[in-house]
Amino acid sequence: MQLVTPGIGLLFWQTITFLVVLFLLSKFAWKPIMKALREREDNIDAALSMAEKAKLEMQALKADNERLLTEARAERDRILKDATDAATSLVEGARAKANEEGQRMIEQARVSIQNEKKAALTEVKNLAATLSIDIAEKLIRRELQDEQAQRALVQSYLQDTHLS
Amino acid sequence: MKKILVFLLTVLTFSAQAAESAEGGEFNPGEMISHHIGDDYTWHFADGVVLPLPVILYGENGLDVFLASKFYNEHHELQPYNGYVMEHGHIYYANEEGEPRTKVNEKGETEHVGPMDFSITKNVASLFLSVLLLFLVFFSIAGAYSKNRGKAPRGLQSFFEPIIVFIRDDIAKTNIGPKYERFMPYLLTVFFFIWFNNLLGLLPGGANLTGNIAVTLVLALLTLILTVFNGNKSYWGHIFATPGVPKWLAPIMIPVEVIGIFTKPFSLMVRLFANITAGHIIILSLFSLIFIFQSIAIGPLSVAFATFMNFLELFVALLQAYIFTLLSAMYFGGAVEEHDHHDDMGFGDGPHAAQAHH
Repeated sequence: MQLVTPGIGLLFWQTITFLVVLFLLSKFAWKPIMKALREREDNIDAALSMAEKAKLEMQALKADNERLLTEARAERDRILKDATDAATSLVEGARAKANEEGQRMIEQARVSIQNEKKAALTEVKNLAATLSIDIAEKLIRRELQDEQAQRALVQSYLQDTHLS
Repeated sequence: MKKILVFLLTVLTFSAQAAESAEGGEFNPGEMISHHIGDDYTWHFADGVVLPLPVILYGENGLDVFLASKFYNEHHELQPYNGYVMEHGHIYYANEEGEPRTKVNEKGETEHVGPMDFSITKNVASLFLSVLLLFLVFFSIAGAYSKNRGKAPRGLQSFFEPIIVFIRDDIAKTNIGPKYERFMPYLLTVFFFIWFNNLLGLLPGGANLTGNIAVTLVLALLTLILTVFNGNKSYWGHIFATPGVPKWLAPIMIPVEVIGIFTKPFSLMVRLFANITAGHIIILSLFSLIFIFQSIAIGPLSVAFATFMNFLELFVALLQAYIFTLLSAMYFGGAVEEHDHHDDMGFGDGPHAAQAHH
């Protein structure tokens, strides 16, 4: 029975002491400890979220760089292509023009050759006619000088010709 | 296995016989044990090493303060002093013959009459010692927190920090909810107070402080007071108009719920007291075996069992501190919880379920 009967002395001391302990520990131990723990946890949380944010920012930055690089590459490709195209078209144009010029000059040459040829041929024909007339005149003159021979010739023609 | 069982049975039979035979002899284990788990006016560390403690009495002679050694003469025999006499660990008024004064109470039984006893007994001294230890440990930890602010804990700080965080996160936050912060000082104090005192009680020569009903009564009473004074509308609503229960049941329900307010801390009080006292009794009983048998052969066995029990008690010391704190937190949680839906009967279930498994 004595075991389960609380003694007044211990009740008194326990109440006083425990309340004092509760007060002093609350004020001088638990308050700073809980505060420090909370502060540290907040710090860790903040640091973690900051790291996460930095990571995201880094990713965004990297993506941005990537995009810029891709854009730059595309731009370069485009410029290169443009330049190549321009060069090609320039060369093409020059070539076409040269061709055309050549063709035109060949045509001109051909026409003038034709003309020259015609003129030369006419001259040759004229010359040949004159020469022929001259030769024929000379021939006839000489033939007519020999009367006997003329007669013989006429005779031969006549013989060949059968007057019947 | 069978051999061990037979051996144990034999030991038990023998011990029963031995206890019977010892009643008339020099060694009385019952008396020894009840003396050890009870309180004392002197602190008996070892044979011959006795620290007399101050006796503080308040009664018809006013306030009297003197050392308990005044009750002993040079032959270590009890003697009356200054109108007081000590008998069976209690102080009474002495009559002319040096015997405790008696009176007849209303039931017709005679009983001893004594003054109000506020002595610094062994338990009170042990209480002060534990408080000193608590201050030493936790003020130094608090100092460490302000010294290496924001840095990793070290030394004593790193040993206690996980425990403090456990009490905050797994006991307070889980069971009380968002209003946990105002109960943290009480929960932390009560946890470490019980744990430290349980451990101090396990030391050789230590006092059985947390196995004293007065101590557990004060702790349970504080839990009750905190619960009742923090009880919100829904807490009282659950007691005087339990939701989901028909009105005509109120004459039964209200007394049951009101009794429930008191049975919860009562169970706290008895659980701590009984667990710690039982542990002390078991260990002392095991040691008593040696003296009962008066044989060297039983020594190693008894020591082996007692060592095992001591390890178990180390665990129980922590467990009981945890249980007391956890259940207190659950009662606080029930007091400050906001009930959104009224068919929720979870209010009382949590604490009861936890009690059931212990």
